[in-house]
Amino acid sequence: MAYSDKVLDHYENPRNVGTLDKNDPHVGTGMVGAPACGDVMKLQIKVNDSGIIEDAKFKTYGCGSAIASSSLVTEWLKGKTLDQAAEIKNSAIAEELALPPVKIHCSVLAEDAIKAAVADLKSKQPA
Amino acid sequence: MTVKTPIYLDYSATTPVDPRVAEKMIPYITEHFGNPASRSHPFGWTAEEAVEEARDEVAKLVNADPREIVWTSGATESNNLAIKGAANFYSGTKGKHIITVQTEHKAVIDAVRDLERQGFTATYLAPEPNGLIDLEKFKAAIQPDTVLASVMFVNNEIGVIQDITAIGNICRENNIIFHVDAAQATGKVEIDLEKLPVDLMSFCAHKTYGPKGIGALYVRRKPRIRIEAQMHGGGHERGMRSGTLATHQIVGMGEAFRLARLEMKAENLKVRRLRDRLLAGLEEIDEVYVNGDMDHRVPHNLNISFNFVEGESLIMAVKDIAVSSGSACTSASLEPSYVLRALGRSDELAHSSIRFSIGRFTTEEDIDYTIALMKSKIGKLRELSPLWEMHLDGIDLSKVEWAAH
Repeated sequence: MAYSDKVLDHYENPRNVGTLDKNDPHVGTGMVGAPACGDVMKLQIKVNDSGIIEDAKFKTYGCGSAIASSSLVTEWLKGKTLDQAAEIKNSAIAEELALPPVKIHCSVLAEDAIKAAVADLKSKQPA
Repeated sequence: MTVKTPIYLDYSATTPVDPRVAEKMIPYITEHFGNPASRSHPFGWTAEEAVEEARDEVAKLVNADPREIVWTSGATESNNLAIKGAANFYSGTKGKHIITVQTEHKAVIDAVRDLERQGFTATYLAPEPNGLIDLEKFKAAIQPDTVLASVMFVNNEIGVIQDITAIGNICRENNIIFHVDAAQATGKVEIDLEKLPVDLMSFCAHKTYGPKGIGALYVRRKPRIRIEAQMHGGGHERGMRSGTLATHQIVGMGEAFRLARLEMKAENLKVRRLRDRLLAGLEEIDEVYVNGDMDHRVPHNLNISFNFVEGESLIMAVKDIAVSSGSACTSASLEPSYVLRALGRSDELAHSSIRFSIGRFTTEEDIDYTIALMKSKIGKLRELSPLWEMHLDGIDLSKVEWAAH
């Protein structure tokens, strides 16, 4: 299967691989996918006191496109508010990485991971 | 260390033609181009002589009579000819039930499926978790109308060697025609058809350093086994397989099998040493699982699963070595190997498996490079893997409720 240069770049040099403390009240964690389906993404975001995402980390079990999608969104998330983060669409991810149709689900999973991380963070913060 | 990448470790897919084989073939393309069926001039006689010399060599490797060897285009055709040919010939007298195994090559399984569409019934035996057949289960699958059994000698994915003698004896006792796909066996295990209770056996050249596009079917003479031709025409090969013989291909197969007969003992020792070195190196990685029995196995094959690493990213990571993967990445879906699934491996482990197959031209440097590459790439992918992290945290992944998508 032919991968785009951007997918290969993220696959070879994934950005922001790692783990944040999931018990930190400023950290939101999203874990989506299932091993039997071939992809599991864990995405974590950390917000500062002004509500801006100052750090994002990921770990992904999945194909090159899944790794690239999650690596890319960690770059995009930094500096955004939670509301801006929730607006990231899978189509933008797929377009940026030039994902072929059979790999669109990887970008969908990345969008789901963002939503899950944002929801987790919001649930931790006082209303 | 200087090795030329990609390193070829896919000898079970195909082998290079040995230069000695290629050299012997060339004059039969240009100079001795005659049709071996031409009886009226020396062009034909020369070609026929070469064909018969090659037939002798194929027969010698497996201790058969040359008159028992029928040329085909390869093991797929041999399997089809044997299974459909024998099933159709004997169904009227013996019955319409066929026994085969879930881990057979598709050329066997799909030939049997085709017969099912024509009114035959079939049992696809599940192998044991080590890939071998339980003889008692084989016996239990026999029905009064069982006409044919087909069991491969050496499995293409996991390299396990079935007990052909024992299975053949059971077939003899029950008056069942026994076909064996030996495409992966020639030059790797000793085959003595004078002793083996086998009626039909499929061979091909290109897994044994011969050219692609040529194979043979062994058809036993004593007791005589009959098959219905699947290819009709000029009545070549005693009517069993019509079509002008591909002299140069046949010469190549003959020479490849002659070399295999002379060199297999020494070659297998060398290959085993390399395979054991590879296994020892890879077993230094945590959470690896060998697929298939290690004792009843050709030395050429190592099939191993790397847990907590996804199959497709694994294949991307190891592009410097040419190997086969347990996940057949077809365009739309990721299908795990049906062979590994039949052994009871989970989808995840089936996906993350790699078949390393070693051969005549593999070197120790190739193996050491491969070990170092696998260690580094598996390490990198596990760094990236949330499943590996959970495993290290002591979480039992089978107990996790995943948000399936």
